[in-house]
Amino acid sequence: MESAAIIDPPMITPVSLPQQQVASGSEPADVAPERPPAFAVERLSIFYGEKKAIEDVTLTIPSKMITAIIGPSGCGKSTLLRSLNRMHELAPNTRIEGKVLFAGDDIYAPEVDPVVIRRRIGMVFQKSNPFPTMSIAENVLVGLKLNGVRDRAFLRERLEQSLRMAALWDEVKNDLHKPGISLSGGQQQRLCIARAIAVEPEVLLMDEPASALDPIATAKIEELIHELSANYTVVIVTHNMQQAGRCSDYTAFLYLGRLIEFASTTKIFTNPSERQTEDYITGRFG
Amino acid sequence: MKNSHFWRKTKSALASAASFVCALLVIAPLALVFLHLLRSGASAVNWSFFTELPKPVGVAGGGMVNAIAGSFELLGLAALVGVPVGVFGGVYLAEYGTVRGNWLLRFVADVLNGVPSIIWGVVVYGLVVLRFKSFSAYAGGLALGFIMIPLIMRTTEEVLLLVPAGYREASLALGISRWKTIVHIVMKTALKGIVTAILLALARVAGETAPLLFTAFGNRFWNHDLSEPIAALPLQIFSYAISPYDDWHRQAWAGALVLVVTIFFVNILVRFLTRERVARVL
Repeated sequence: MESAAIIDPPMITPVSLPQQQVASGSEPADVAPERPPAFAVERLSIFYGEKKAIEDVTLTIPSKMITAIIGPSGCGKSTLLRSLNRMHELAPNTRIEGKVLFAGDDIYAPEVDPVVIRRRIGMVFQKSNPFPTMSIAENVLVGLKLNGVRDRAFLRERLEQSLRMAALWDEVKNDLHKPGISLSGGQQQRLCIARAIAVEPEVLLMDEPASALDPIATAKIEELIHELSANYTVVIVTHNMQQAGRCSDYTAFLYLGRLIEFASTTKIFTNPSERQTEDYITGRFG
Repeated sequence: MKNSHFWRKTKSALASAASFVCALLVIAPLALVFLHLLRSGASAVNWSFFTELPKPVGVAGGGMVNAIAGSFELLGLAALVGVPVGVFGGVYLAEYGTVRGNWLLRFVADVLNGVPSIIWGVVVYGLVVLRFKSFSAYAGGLALGFIMIPLIMRTTEEVLLLVPAGYREASLALGISRWKTIVHIVMKTALKGIVTAILLALARVAGETAPLLFTAFGNRFWNHDLSEPIAALPLQIFSYAISPYDDWHRQAWAGALVLVVTIFFVNILVRFLTRERVARVL
């Protein structure tokens, strides 16, 4: 029963949010010189019904770095990304084997509430999706407001801060009350990024965030991703290899649901260990 | 070659003409009914029709203010039953239900939609009127509410499913719970559609007569107690129309005209709302 896992208690007490903020706020303090990884994926397999989408994947995703997941269409890269904050469970009949440790805790442990996981691990989607009933400001703040934050000064401050981090503030500061969907495609995607970081997650998962955008908007998003990696762990799925090469520190190459190679982006693109990686990178297939 | 081209054009013209005639047949009754109502009823629609109680037989004048008010009271009671059950039933279908459960629920709702409305009158007569030994506004409202439930449920489901899945995902990915996502994101996006569903259901039951015969019963006077029989416009039209008095016949025509015009305007309002909603979602 996947639905049982997603149906949450109807009310989240506002108490849970400050706790989470404390957790993320104090995080830099206990970062050792050798930073612990953000995610440790251990022998993960993911099934949709009988179909195996991910098979026996093990990798560690470093903290405050950009990790790209590349591979041909249908290789399971989106599934792997979505399994990192349990979004893949929205599809019916999903099942996993193995473990995903986030900051050392198994996010699939039975007592874990996926809602809490998703508050700590945000996500940006391929198709920009600002809420059509909401203004720019409401879009940015919806995550906080629906989780019970009422302090107007705090919200105001977070609004500006999030939009600045998403490199959108200067373009929209005079139009905050206008509908979010009145913005251009690239601006909408940055609005979605602002919305995701407004709840102060520790990680941003990005599912082909620039694939629907023109080259100029894409460049802006890539620059933004680079800036965000100072504060966030970023995992980005892309089918654009140049994009992975340009903006990531580490790259995972997936093929047919299996992890073929995971290494620093420089190594993957200049001196891959696996034949299949090299074939893919050089465009021999996929 | 030329010949077959001619044939093709002729067939096409015939098909167009046939569909045009059929379309006309759909529109014509509404126009004819409306014209006839105007001719027969307009003369009796006047100020006192909206402000006065019915007069006894033989006394000229009088109106249907109690029936108009009664209809609104009944619709209010019906909405209390039909709106929450219908809307949240639709939410269940669109957001929570399993494939098999939904199939069953939709099937049942569709069967209920097809149940003749007088059956609802009989059901509520058995459930409420017999038990409390009185016809009442409550019973009438309940009967109308039952009719509204499947109507609202199916339409609500449809408009909720029109909300793109991306909005649900975006909300859930912000750590917003499923329930809050449904209420604040999905239902808010589909709000106009839901209001439309409710208005259409109200317009549909506003003209129902049969289920009220066994429940609200009708009343020639003001009703100040919802546990007593209450007047309703369709009931009043019915009892005046089958009476032998010309004066009452005119009033029945007037009542029918008022009812049809009201429903007509509700439908125009719905059109207006739907146009906006579609423009917004797409």
